[in-house]
Amino acid sequence: MWEILHLEFMRNAVLAGILVSLCCGIIGSLVVVNRIVFISGGIAHAAYGGIGLAFLLGISPTLGAAGFAVVVALVMGLVSMRAKYRADTIIGVLWAVGMALGVVLIDLTPGYNVDLMSYLFGSILAVPSHELWYMLGLLSAVFLLIVFFYKEYLALSYDEEFAVIVGVPVRTLYLLLLCMTALCVVMVIRLVGLILVIALMTIPPYIAEKYTRSLGRMMCVASLLGVVFTLTGLWLSYLLDLTSGAMIILVAGVAFFASAAGDAFGAKRSGRGEV
Amino acid sequence: MKTMPDTIRAGPQPLDKPLAVELKGVWFSYERTPVLTDVSLSLRQGDFLGIIGPNGGGKTTLLKIMLGLLKPDRGSVRILGDTPLEARHRVGYVPQTTSLNISFPVSALEIALMGRLSLARPGRPYSRRDRDKVEELLRRVGMWELRDRAVGTLSGGQRQRVLIARALATDPEILFLDEPATGVDREFETDLFRLLEDLNQEATIVVITHDIGVISRSVRSVACVNRRLIFHEGGQITKEMIDMAYACPVDLVAHGLPHRVLEHHDEG
Repeated sequence: MWEILHLEFMRNAVLAGILVSLCCGIIGSLVVVNRIVFISGGIAHAAYGGIGLAFLLGISPTLGAAGFAVVVALVMGLVSMRAKYRADTIIGVLWAVGMALGVVLIDLTPGYNVDLMSYLFGSILAVPSHELWYMLGLLSAVFLLIVFFYKEYLALSYDEEFAVIVGVPVRTLYLLLLCMTALCVVMVIRLVGLILVIALMTIPPYIAEKYTRSLGRMMCVASLLGVVFTLTGLWLSYLLDLTSGAMIILVAGVAFFASAAGDAFGAKRSGRGEV
Repeated sequence: MKTMPDTIRAGPQPLDKPLAVELKGVWFSYERTPVLTDVSLSLRQGDFLGIIGPNGGGKTTLLKIMLGLLKPDRGSVRILGDTPLEARHRVGYVPQTTSLNISFPVSALEIALMGRLSLARPGRPYSRRDRDKVEELLRRVGMWELRDRAVGTLSGGQRQRVLIARALATDPEILFLDEPATGVDREFETDLFRLLEDLNQEATIVVITHDIGVISRSVRSVACVNRRLIFHEGGQITKEMIDMAYACPVDLVAHGLPHRVLEHHDEG
């Protein structure tokens, strides 16, 4: 199986898979414990508006998606802080409008026949080398920010009100988290497409949470699980000649159900393993 | 059934003590539903206030206004002479445990350390002093041996002890507690109020509780909240309060009321 790594696109796919999985493990853990999965899904879909805009303006789609996703993330963040009771509705609207905007903008782009499917379901086999550098840069930035604000993120994720009282800048850190989520989501779109983003961001942390007793360890375990799922899915897709993004998600899905079944079985015997 | 306490705790603090909490004409509503109407309250430092009232009567809202987590629509709030925002680093807060995620991957020690965040800086680990302080507090509440346990593996009473240690780690001059006796065993409940009486020697205590039986032995003052607020320095639960808060007497009936509370006011 190692001979496939002699192909440059395969090597890039493996590296992209590792970099994005590590990023997902860190950010995905915060997304899961802060219960902002819905916002993340909204960002992923609305980011398509940025892709459309990028094609119309003739700039890099990744750049367009990243910029647009950050703006959408900030709007959703401010809305969810202001109008708590209607936040889910407004996020749902932005989710759909962003996507519709992307489709129409691409229609309006002269002479372009964009492969919509590659954005919906990913194109991990077509990651150019320079994008690996973006991914490495983002991963480094996310890693440093989370290490720096670890105590603060832990406190606001566990008990937001208490964090406010002890003077943690909860709003700022929350918006920063959403920006990091937006950039991470754009990278994941490369791997598995915007429809499947949520699975890769939430399944590894969900499984990791059950076997860890600290947020940092949860992030590490989730990152490792993400790498395993991504590489296994990639390898299976090569072996069976199937769509890679969907295979990655199916591998994660199988692990998810296996873990849930393990819980149901283990609950009878009680006692849970922790690291 | 609870027996009458042997000694009755001293009444309210002398009038020369500065005010810990001062609310004047506070109104608050969620969307359009009024929750608090024209609430006023003056509490002196060193007092031990029990807040009772029916569910949905506005007890937690009142507490969150005092903590500065909610802004009243009208009226003024002073905590230790400052605005709630300015006084934040001088208060401690023990929220209802039911509002927190039990499966969260965090240890008892990490939770207690959060109380030191107001002194810690981002990007740096907690200092030796922070850790020593938290160790002392976790020992005081009897949780030091269990410090590395995940919060989800602790019992309700153990979680409550950790949250009290966390609140005390802020070195509070006023300690606010929201239903600290919910989901804990009877034995811990007695320990809890003994601990609070002990803490009351250094700090003002404001505690929401549904259990009048336990509260009446420890508190110096009582307020009943049900959209309006009735306040009594001296710990008496008046007939007026009972009439207003008639949803709470489930506990009144269940545990019996220490005599001293009612006898002065029975004539109503």
